[in-house]
Amino acid sequence: MLKLEHFQNFTDVHSDWLWLIVALPLLGAVLNGLLTLLSSRKVLSVKPWVYAAIGCGAAISSFVVSWEMFSQFKQNPNNPWVQELFNWIESGTFHVAFNLELNSLSGVMIVFVTFLASLIHLYSAGYMKGDEGFGRYFSYLNLFLFSMLMLVLAQDLLVLFLGWEGVGFCSYLLIGFWFEDVANAEAGKKAIILNRIGDAGFIAGLLMVFALAGTFNFNDLLGHKQVFTEVTATIICFCFFFGAAGKSAQIPLYVWLPDAMAGPTPVSALIHAATMVTAGVYLVARLHFLYVLAPWASTIIAIIGVLTALFAASIALVQNDIKKILAYSTISQLGYMFLGVGVTSYESGIFHLITHGFFKACLFLAAGSVIHALSGEQDIRKMGGLLKHIPLTSVGFLFGWIAITGIVPTLGGFFSKDEILWKALATPNSIFPFLPQILYFGGLVAAFLTAFYMTRLVILVFFGKYRGEHDVFEHIHESPAIMTWPVFLLGLLSLFIGWIGVPAAIGGADELGKFLDPLFHLSTLESNALSRSLEPTLMAVSWLVACLGVGLAWYAYGIKSAVSKNLAQWLGGLKKVLDGKYFVDEFYQATVVRFAKTIARWVSGWLIEGLLVNRLVELSIQGITRLSGAAKQVQLGFVRVYLVYIAAGAALLIYLLVH
Amino acid sequence: MDFLTPITPNHYLALSAILFAIGIAGVVTRKNVFLTLMSLELMLNAVNLSFVTFAKVRGDMTGHVFVLFVVSIAAAEACVGLAIVIALFRLKETVNLDMFKSLKD
Repeated sequence: MLKLEHFQNFTDVHSDWLWLIVALPLLGAVLNGLLTLLSSRKVLSVKPWVYAAIGCGAAISSFVVSWEMFSQFKQNPNNPWVQELFNWIESGTFHVAFNLELNSLSGVMIVFVTFLASLIHLYSAGYMKGDEGFGRYFSYLNLFLFSMLMLVLAQDLLVLFLGWEGVGFCSYLLIGFWFEDVANAEAGKKAIILNRIGDAGFIAGLLMVFALAGTFNFNDLLGHKQVFTEVTATIICFCFFFGAAGKSAQIPLYVWLPDAMAGPTPVSALIHAATMVTAGVYLVARLHFLYVLAPWASTIIAIIGVLTALFAASIALVQNDIKKILAYSTISQLGYMFLGVGVTSYESGIFHLITHGFFKACLFLAAGSVIHALSGEQDIRKMGGLLKHIPLTSVGFLFGWIAITGIVPTLGGFFSKDEILWKALATPNSIFPFLPQILYFGGLVAAFLTAFYMTRLVILVFFGKYRGEHDVFEHIHESPAIMTWPVFLLGLLSLFIGWIGVPAAIGGADELGKFLDPLFHLSTLESNALSRSLEPTLMAVSWLVACLGVGLAWYAYGIKSAVSKNLAQWLGGLKKVLDGKYFVDEFYQATVVRFAKTIARWVSGWLIEGLLVNRLVELSIQGITRLSGAAKQVQLGFVRVYLVYIAAGAALLIYLLVH
Repeated sequence: MDFLTPITPNHYLALSAILFAIGIAGVVTRKNVFLTLMSLELMLNAVNLSFVTFAKVRGDMTGHVFVLFVVSIAAAEACVGLAIVIALFRLKETVNLDMFKSLKD
């Protein structure tokens, strides 16, 4: 008994320091921001390494604290640690407490986020070296980390929303980091506008949750979930998914992510591949108790997920910008995650989120290193044969390639992808009985396309002969150690990260699944008769598909490079459609943007300028002139008359006083 | 012998009101500046009369003090007023009040 009490106190003491995880990056952001401001005002001169030390130090110390807390927490994962910081909003019966909660989901997320962020901060110190906005960059990056951690640790939907907006804002700042170039600023604007459209859904969801439950606290909502009927839960879930689709770049709001590649490459790795864009998946997983009430919403999420996975992967087939390919690949993999959470298998969604975070961050960082080596060249048609020249970067990239394609069984994203595919097939759908097979098949095709375009990328960049300009070739150099080692380390880790969730079907421990299961098991639909014995077969199938994709691409682009030219001819019109990215941007431009612009012009031209300014102001001027004209009549200019007024007024006053 | 009844404060007040009304009528109807000023004096003295009456009735010296002030201020006012009239006359060559309305136009 005594021991138990002791233990309880022990955990409480530790949860008191939860704020540190969030506060350290904020401190870094503020410090760097102040230093940047002071040095730009010429108050003091700051050496670049100071910014880097503060930025990296904040991220790494936050990681150390997270790791320490998580390993303490892991011993008793069914007791969430809660730290009550302060009452944010207190109005009548409406309370929003600013609480941080460490549960098994947020615990996994903070370690994941802070670890990747630490490596990417280190890498940035090399990548951004010599940039004018060095301090500003680290300040933004730390601010992003702060917002992301707040999003993850929030115990309350409104606090989560604060972090949600924070990461969106930092994403905007960092996409447009080199804002002197108008295209970059435009890309930032596009990102934030599309996110705003999604956030309209988020806010609508928030309002409906408040109207029905009167609280935003996740635990209270979980306790009061009987206030949600199937219809209301479905509407709310749709609203939240719309927000998630904006943040996580799903159909129909995905168009901002490829443009977001205008930002510095480490930013693309951290924000637009590994962490921020997965916030939507996290949101759906966090609201699992609502989504299980809304089978329609979950079904639509799964369908949109698989469609996005296919759609983006097919666009990635023909892209020529190394970062754009990775961006479409990210969209496609996010679709996978949504497929996972859409079939209510939240563990598999989170599992893929983590493995994808590792290998995609690795791929982006390696791509950044390639771009760095080629003096800013991003077109893969002007690359080739880089394996010999930048070996460490290339090996890192190849590790990432192994992880994303799943070409080597058990390594990288092999298990997580397979888990999602298996769950997609094994979870029965109450609305469309035949849907699981379609989802599975769609996922498989997306896996094939992924293997194909990634292999194409690898071959065009690292193998064959160099096809670029001679000047650039002269300057090819391996990046400094501070860049290559994070790439290499991430590559290695991304190979083995999948081992945290080796499926039980092949005798694995499935540690992550078991760890998250207590949180999700009430919300996860039972798998159907397709028993676990089928899972190894499915694994073999998806491995064969990956091999097929890799093999075909290798044949078409590596062994017989002439084939790839014929390929374009065979595809003909389809190639044009793919090159134009299905003309979605043009479609939006012609419909939504034009519609919005017409309305805006009408409002500004007719409503504001015409009606309000011209008519209303004019009318009020005329009215006042007329009124004063009438009032002027009493003023005759004869002193005698004024005296009559005074006398009459006095008489009236006396009359009123007397009566 | 009804009309030989003692003079009460009411009689004084009635006289004061009559004088005041005559003053107002003079100011309002007369166009000549001098007559207007004289009517003003009449109004002031009507007020003085009621002040004194009330002071007597209430046994309070304040009314008397007021009257002294009013008389002295009226002297000053007449002084300034006549000076203004002379200035106006020099400008417009008339003492007709209705001619002085340039502020309105």
